Amino acid sequence: MKVSIYRYNPETDKEPYMKEYELDTAGKNLMVLDVLNLLKEQDPTLGYRRSCREGVCGSDGMNMNGKNGLACVTALSEVAPGVFEGRKPLILRPLPGLPVVRDLVVDMTMFYNQYEKVQPYLQNNTPAPAIERLQSPEEREKIDGLYECILCACCSTSCPSFWWNPEKFLGPAALLQSYRFLADSRDTETDARLAKLDDPFSLFRCRGIMNCVSVCPKGLNPTRAIGHIRDMLLERGV
Amino acid sequence: MTTSVTSLGRNGLHDWLLQRVTAVLLAVYFIFMAGWLVCNGGADYLTWKAFMGSACMQIANTLVFFSIAIHAWAGLWIVTTDYITRMQFGDSATRVRLLIQLVIAGLTLVYALWGLLMIWGGA
Repeated sequence: MKVSIYRYNPETDKEPYMKEYELDTAGKNLMVLDVLNLLKEQDPTLGYRRSCREGVCGSDGMNMNGKNGLACVTALSEVAPGVFEGRKPLILRPLPGLPVVRDLVVDMTMFYNQYEKVQPYLQNNTPAPAIERLQSPEEREKIDGLYECILCACCSTSCPSFWWNPEKFLGPAALLQSYRFLADSRDTETDARLAKLDDPFSLFRCRGIMNCVSVCPKGLNPTRAIGHIRDMLLERGV
Repeated sequence: MTTSVTSLGRNGLHDWLLQRVTAVLLAVYFIFMAGWLVCNGGADYLTWKAFMGSACMQIANTLVFFSIAIHAWAGLWIVTTDYITRMQFGDSATRVRLLIQLVIAGLTLVYALWGLLMIWGGA
């Protein structure tokens, strides 16, 4: 099969370019990360991040034939029609919208800065109980579909609003995490959290195009979480 | 939190709500107008003038002009802040964006006032 990979080494290359590779997969429906590992044997200069290789760490988020995803849990047959059959090349690019450090490795600083802004930790101003803060099963259920985010950045880097305003719009990943704590019955800082989201950019730059939902490798729904935050703001402000 | 001095309400929720309320108002108005035109296909100028000159339609048209102005400003403000940024225009982005926003705001105001003159007489 043919593989086309975005290459850029700022120390040696004037500008990025696409490098073509040929690989014999022996008809196996490999994961994209396996393809990269095999190519790395051919070309040790190829740079990419990977760690757990099972969709848990979120290290190998990349753009595969135009769609963001985790290379380790995306089989060739899932990338795009014709890629596994060899009719179309596998095209790998870094996550869009973030500065490229090298090849498929991006600088995630802007992404983490937005994550930090939502204060993604439990805040409770009541005295700590002797053992633990209890939740009812119903209260606990509210954070299902929120806490599972692995911060791979596939969603935020597929969002045009994040591309245009990465320093002002929090992005779907950070907003999902924001709602994770707004929905948590043990958190008492709801008002302060909401007050920080009320400007025209932080949350309201979401246009609801749902790219984030379509690419999330964990099947989460940041658009729905953003809608819930908007409802909370509406209830608070009207 | 990001502050903004040129957005309509200086507040995301305010702009978001205004955009939706004006969109609903415009939709209701245009559906009503389409219905009226279908039911009064053969209406002549005098019928049209009497219809548009009624107090109800003058108020409805005024609301629609304000809605268009508000909706257009909120929408175009978002477009300018999305596409006229440092990424595309470098250091001059703020100046270019402010200039374009002023032109849009001026035109919107002129259209709204012109509309009011048409509705309430004098133009």
